[in-house]
Amino acid sequence: MRALAAFLAARLVRALIAVWLVSTVVFVVMRLSGDPVPLLLPADAPRSEYARVARELGTDRPLPVQYAVFLGHVVRGDFGRSIHFREPAMRVAIGYLPATVELGLTAFALAVLVAVPVGVVSAVRRNTAVDHAAMAVALVGQSAPTFFLGILFILLLSLKAGLLPTSGRGDWTHLVLPAMTLGAFSMASIARLTRSALLEVLRQDYVRTARAKGLREWRVVVKHAFRNAAVPVLTITGLQLGTLLGASVVTETVFAWPGLGRLAIHSIYNRDYPIVQCVVFLSALVFIVINFVIDLTYGLLDPRIRPR
Amino acid sequence: MASSIPVSVPADALPADAARGGRVAQRTRRLVAAGAAFVVLLALVAATAPWLAPHDPVRQSLRARLTAPTLEAADGRAHPLGTDHLGRDVLSRTIFGARVSLVIGFAAVAVGSAVGAALGILAGYRGGWTDTVIMTIADAQLAFPFVLLAIGIIGVLGPSFPTLVVVIGLSGWVDYARVLRSQVLVLRTREFVDAIHALGGAVPRIVGRHILPNVLSTLVVIATLQLARAIVLEATLSFLGLGIQPPTPSWGGMIQEGREYLDSAWWISIFPGCLLLLTSLVVSRSGDWLRDLLDPTLRSE
Repeated sequence: MRALAAFLAARLVRALIAVWLVSTVVFVVMRLSGDPVPLLLPADAPRSEYARVARELGTDRPLPVQYAVFLGHVVRGDFGRSIHFREPAMRVAIGYLPATVELGLTAFALAVLVAVPVGVVSAVRRNTAVDHAAMAVALVGQSAPTFFLGILFILLLSLKAGLLPTSGRGDWTHLVLPAMTLGAFSMASIARLTRSALLEVLRQDYVRTARAKGLREWRVVVKHAFRNAAVPVLTITGLQLGTLLGASVVTETVFAWPGLGRLAIHSIYNRDYPIVQCVVFLSALVFIVINFVIDLTYGLLDPRIRPR
Repeated sequence: MASSIPVSVPADALPADAARGGRVAQRTRRLVAAGAAFVVLLALVAATAPWLAPHDPVRQSLRARLTAPTLEAADGRAHPLGTDHLGRDVLSRTIFGARVSLVIGFAAVAVGSAVGAALGILAGYRGGWTDTVIMTIADAQLAFPFVLLAIGIIGVLGPSFPTLVVVIGLSGWVDYARVLRSQVLVLRTREFVDAIHALGGAVPRIVGRHILPNVLSTLVVIATLQLARAIVLEATLSFLGLGIQPPTPSWGGMIQEGREYLDSAWWISIFPGCLLLLTSLVVSRSGDWLRDLLDPTLRSE
């Protein structure tokens, strides 16, 4: 138990360093982008007005002080007011979070539910036509750019076949195409990994023993082999959940899905930087928390797994 | 039933196995060569774009707007892949778009591999706190979705060529650093390094002349895999309007422009998209094959 606690403590430190690093990069980039004051004022504003806004924002103070103040705000989740929405950036971003979580979880569930059975069948029926076809599709899915996959789905399934709506958020039919697009990469990765992990295990002595005992093949695969292949699959699967968050920027833009990613892109176009900062930070935080929870379950599930 | 029980491999099967291994290696070599040929061909197309393209990629022609792919010459020369919403030739734009993809892709890989290799070798060779600091930063970068941060950075700083190359390049440095570090950790303890040390060889010379050649094949494998990633990331940024700006044609930008006309003029998006997909697939597969060929131990993911 002590080893596990030390492992988790190390991971927690890593997570905190990551959070600090993200905030520092955000701060540096915001400063590199130039003076924010003219953005907030009309072009003909008097100098006194300029000085007042600079004082209000704190941009008239030395950089180290600004950095310290910024970190203090970050800790409290305060990223300033959105220029476009005229509300605290954090409140705006939180409002867009549920749509992203809905899409992300659906895509994730879809990916796992399709990929794991496909990977198992591929491994069991190794070097058959089914295996080759599944792995070829997986390879394409892994290297296809997410946004182009979305465009292809819209063209083929929505515009040509007329099966599903092209964009927006509504009933469950609106969720299908974005979830397929967002989940494609994870689906391909999980399927390939499940296949190779299972093939590895099927070679082991205990699988041969189980077969020698005269157990039915499906029982050998499901009860003996798959359970042992599950650990690496679980790790990659967990990591994929985090990757989905990053990829959702693109998917949300393609399908006009009203989530955090689309908010970020719109805010970049509107030069609404408090929102951009807040979304980048919020996503990083969600990603880090997910990874931490995975480490936690992982450490609890398999007592052999300890820090490197 | 007995036939389905695997038995241990008899000793006389080994030469046959080795021969099979040789055949596999030869097949892999051919595949790598085919992948390389594809990239060289694409590079040639990009380099000779002004002579190869049938039309000026930015010249608009309102009379020829949204022409479907045809081999019949309407106004002088044909538009084999159709025209876009401004009457620009899709084939010519796709040919010129290869320039953006390859130039940014290779430049980003150069930046990423230089930074990643330097930091990875430094971490592995120096060890101690240098190693700790570099690897902590690497771990931290892996601990959040860097693509989103990249989009934010480019959105704020503006999409210029140097910004794109540096941001796309730096998004991949961790891969190089982690793998090279672990290789250098092993190499450093080898006798030949000790021997050169004892002979009075300076550290930069040891690293440049003796360590680097030993990790070069690994570097090439990672760089190939990263090239596919960089090309896709550039196209993604262009698609989001954060890449190379119009009117310069880029595949991502063309896919974006064709989106609104998907129903009536699918060819605007689909042709550059398919070429992008093909490039990404071929380059990343070539990386996999190269890895199998040069360094099978890397195959751990």
